[in-house]
Amino acid sequence: MLAKRIIPCLDVDAGRVVKGVKFVDIRDAGDPVEVARRYNEEGADEITFLDITASSDDRETIVHVVEQVASEVFIPLTVGGGIRTADDIRRMLNAGADKVAINTAAVFNPEFVKEATERFGSQCIVVAIDAKQVSAEGEPLKWEIFTHGGRKPTGLDAIEWAKRMSDYGAGEILLTSMDRDGTKIGFDNKLTRAIVEAVPIPVIASGGVGNLDHMVDGVKQGGADAVLAASIFHFAEYSIGEAKTFMQDKGVEVRL
Amino acid sequence: MTQRITVIDYGMGNLRSVAKAVEHVAGKGDKVHVSDDPELILSSDRVVFPGQGAARDCMAAISDHHLNQAVLDAAHSKPFLGICMGQQVLLDFSEENGGTPLLGLYKGRVRHFPGGTAPDGEAMKIPHMGWNRVHQLSDHPLWYGIPQDSRFYFVHSYYIDPERDDLAAASTDYGVNFASAIAEENLFAVQFHPEKSADAGLQLLQNFVNWKV
Repeated sequence: MLAKRIIPCLDVDAGRVVKGVKFVDIRDAGDPVEVARRYNEEGADEITFLDITASSDDRETIVHVVEQVASEVFIPLTVGGGIRTADDIRRMLNAGADKVAINTAAVFNPEFVKEATERFGSQCIVVAIDAKQVSAEGEPLKWEIFTHGGRKPTGLDAIEWAKRMSDYGAGEILLTSMDRDGTKIGFDNKLTRAIVEAVPIPVIASGGVGNLDHMVDGVKQGGADAVLAASIFHFAEYSIGEAKTFMQDKGVEVRL
Repeated sequence: MTQRITVIDYGMGNLRSVAKAVEHVAGKGDKVHVSDDPELILSSDRVVFPGQGAARDCMAAISDHHLNQAVLDAAHSKPFLGICMGQQVLLDFSEENGGTPLLGLYKGRVRHFPGGTAPDGEAMKIPHMGWNRVHQLSDHPLWYGIPQDSRFYFVHSYYIDPERDDLAAASTDYGVNFASAIAEENLFAVQFHPEKSADAGLQLLQNFVNWKV
């Protein structure tokens, strides 16, 4: 049967990995190609790059990063951040990405997801969803889609949105809890479970991983097909190999 | 000895990663071409036949590029590696797109996964996407150095069901036990993506490049 995937995520700004990466044994700590190479050697199942470059002048940089990584790292690569047009998708795929993650552009123009999946195939279109809990305590749970790093509400219900994106042909959902992102207190497993039960496509849980138990919980309680984490791998608190061994010991099927 | 390896390009799917991975394992003097030229394909020492997308689109593209005969000739005459749709189209019929005739090198059908729930309660989502085990059924040279039951990366919704059981070189379980690799003489064809399967995948490509039929 399929292994649960462990996906390290690199936030890239103008061609450099950010979030204060502190590798001791890497010459250039902020070089995404070196970081990707290391994650590959540690046994990452995929690698996701999120381009957070603000200036459009620097946006071409991520294409070169993907090209370089793809010529020496032979596992699936996903690129997100600033994917707004079919040309953006084509450029990333030609550079060697296997999938692109569409986030804001899907919210503003849902048909874009439909066009993209028809043109490039579902297998390469990931829809990234940033969700925040909006129900008060005691009320039935409800999550809403937010944009702009969790600052702008959209009025879209997260479960309905995930279903719609799946109906439009998305191959996968990258689900980030904006309540948990950066907190290191674990995934919002209720949110993950709600989305997993709503859609027939794989769901990647993201936002909140602080230790290896959280990754196990994401799979066992949340039902995620894959877990994505950034900081616990960046700061070399744990290697991907350690994470996988730990998960296997807890009964999660992984690729070792 | 330098050799020429051609990755057949018929416009279905991104061949860059296949070509890059083959270049990565090829010898120093080896030339890796990405081409739809039948002459170049048939004059190469080895041929890789990848493919992605729906069966009907793939068959139309092969036909538009006038490659039907070149693919069949290469599959009969030289080390030949089919990948993903490049494995499926070797059979004679796919259930995809309401039924699609294929190249017909082997008798058998390409079928849709049943889906449903595995015995452990896991939903078997379609497409079958991710790392699954490949159980080697023969002592083929392309398995050299690859541990039994290694995981490879898959992305597909249909699987091959050849009439001849002896074609299978590996099996994989996803609700059904299907032939994730087939082999006969100079031909080897896999459903998974060796170019995306880390060390195990690169080893298989290396074995293909070194394969003496």
